[in-house]
Amino acid sequence: MKIQKENNQQKNHSSIIFSYLFLCVSISVYSVFLYVSPEKSINALSASKNIFISIIPILVFVIFLMGISNLLLKPKKVSKYLGKNSGVKGWLLSAIFGILSHGPIYVWYPLLKDLNNQGMRTGLVAVFLYNRAIKIPLVPIMVFYFGIYFVGILCLYMIVASLCQGKIIDILEEHRSLKQRTKKI
Amino acid sequence: MVEKKKNILCKTNIAFSFYKASKSFTSALPVLIGVILLIGLFKVYLPSRVISSIFTGELLRDTLFGSMIGSISAGNPITSYIIGGELLKEGVSLFAVTAFITAWVTVGVLQLPAEASILGKRFALIRNFLSFVFSIVVALAVVITLQVIT
Repeated sequence: MKIQKENNQQKNHSSIIFSYLFLCVSISVYSVFLYVSPEKSINALSASKNIFISIIPILVFVIFLMGISNLLLKPKKVSKYLGKNSGVKGWLLSAIFGILSHGPIYVWYPLLKDLNNQGMRTGLVAVFLYNRAIKIPLVPIMVFYFGIYFVGILCLYMIVASLCQGKIIDILEEHRSLKQRTKKI
Repeated sequence: MVEKKKNILCKTNIAFSFYKASKSFTSALPVLIGVILLIGLFKVYLPSRVISSIFTGELLRDTLFGSMIGSISAGNPITSYIIGGELLKEGVSLFAVTAFITAWVTVGVLQLPAEASILGKRFALIRNFLSFVFSIVVALAVVITLQVIT
């Protein structure tokens, strides 16, 4: 338990270093572009600003959801509904939550990490992320461009693909933990 | 007295839960800002007309290109539908367009650093690789099914 806690702390520490390093790299790339083509880069900066403003409500919503999940969802509950023995219920819940979730994919990463730490299966994290591709509010636009049959079939196959992806990731995870256990022995 | 204690405990729990949530989110914020900065650059330096000029008419090559371009593209999915619709009008195959719009929403090369940093490098790489492969498989399955039923 103690070793796992230490490992988690180490992981968190290196992920914080990585995130600041990544931000520095992004700012450096921007600086280069700003030097090469100032006008275009200012347009890009304004596009980034617009994206950021548009996602603020979703960010607030995600923080709220994270707070609620910290308050109500205890590891036992999470593993019951989304853990190893969650069965079909787990697959269905992740797929439905993925379809219903809004906003850019990256704003959901911290919440999924929290749930994963509390016992959510890694395969179900993948199912959630894949199903985010199905956007119910955008279906009418898709139908306008590609027709109703195309959209229906595409959505159906995407759900099937998400489940296959989740299963593959679960198998790989199991294989990895089995390998680690045999190494320890 | 007992009720008062319970109330205080409940409030402390709520405050702690939201503190934990905001702390966990703040640690992810630098990567999110970095990704948003890169998406802005991408939108300006690689407009949709550049994307449409890449397709040549070869079925398999276009499908693969569709997946590749969809993977490195970012932004609202509506943009991918609009580009996809335009590509269809210009005669690009439905295989390529389906692969393109599927990869656009399922693979995130630009978001990969954020995903790797928050959810783990191994998970992010495997998930994105599988999503790329599935974008081609889904494209083939959708178009073949459409051809069979219509």
